[in-house]
Amino acid sequence: MNLETIIKDLDLTVLTEPQDFSKITPSSGYASDLLSCVMAGAAKHSIWVTLQAHGNIIAVAALLDLSAIIVTEGALPDPTTLVKANEEGITILATPKPTFDVVGRLWEMGLRAG
Amino acid sequence: MGLKFIRAELHVHTVLSPCAEIEMLPPLIVQEAVERDIQLIAITDHNATGNIAAVQKAAQGLPLTVLPGMELQTREEVHNLCLFETLAAAAAFQEWVNRHLPDQPNRPDYFGEQLLVDENGDFLSTEPRLLLTSADVSIDDACAKVHEMGGVFIPAHVNRTANGLLPTLGFVPEGICLEGLEISKHLKPDEARRQFPQIAGYHLIQSGDVHRLDDFLGVNQFEIGAPTLAEIKLAFNGQAGRAHRILSRTI
Repeated sequence: MNLETIIKDLDLTVLTEPQDFSKITPSSGYASDLLSCVMAGAAKHSIWVTLQAHGNIIAVAALLDLSAIIVTEGALPDPTTLVKANEEGITILATPKPTFDVVGRLWEMGLRAG
Repeated sequence: MGLKFIRAELHVHTVLSPCAEIEMLPPLIVQEAVERDIQLIAITDHNATGNIAAVQKAAQGLPLTVLPGMELQTREEVHNLCLFETLAAAAAFQEWVNRHLPDQPNRPDYFGEQLLVDENGDFLSTEPRLLLTSADVSIDDACAKVHEMGGVFIPAHVNRTANGLLPTLGFVPEGICLEGLEISKHLKPDEARRQFPQIAGYHLIQSGDVHRLDDFLGVNQFEIGAPTLAEIKLAFNGQAGRAHRILSRTI
């Protein structure tokens, strides 16, 4: 499964610069809003679902080489966070849906925990 | 100005905080602080400043200074001590916070009562709005706002899983200009620095996060000219001979 399918299927808004998302294939999924847990628990190249939109999410994603961050519940990172995400090559996707819905849908699509 | 040693507790709740014990009344707070030889306290209720004036009045004539403050919970669910020099600055900050607090009523049976009291500890009214929640402001914006009002911004109990900066956001956000970080009473400063290497370079304070009279610690020792926020800022920066250190506890 690639990121392009996920974006289309979940109707996600791409907040960062577009890339060839069909070439990005997340290895697994992870959900948490506590960044210390994410740093300890998310697998490399996984897709991370969170409602935390603070700028620190970029550093965490870069550290773990995550495939993308899905920011839920309509939370929006501020412009400086998006600039930093583009600099680091991190993809941020947004949705008004709650985390529960997003994770459920990703599971249905065949994604599993790392 | 001659310098003197002042012991301080910079994180004290009153009965306005739903999680504080009913004994956290102005006269009892000031009596407990004075008995423990603490000369400076900051009143820091959750997202609220309504009982500060009462504690200041209760401290009149006593060797105790009461600084206005608030423990603000930001959007990221991080708790932060916001300290101010004057009640007017705290009130202006409160006004800003109020605009960003959700309009959700408190459930006293679940969260606890939120009581406004006078200097004698007598009941005045109840704060109807839930205070134990996040204001919809980022930690970065809150810090900037506090500084705009001449205040000091210190993320509270940064090591704590619930509402502490380090578990919640992983590390101190880049570009944020903090006066320091508060560690919980159970952690020694050198242990904190070992456990959290990401706090290297930040000034640490330690507090009892006083929700009951027994919680007073008073381990912050300032060497300052007077118990004011301006002097505290100098001490945190180690300027003009001012200093701040955390006393090790013997008990």
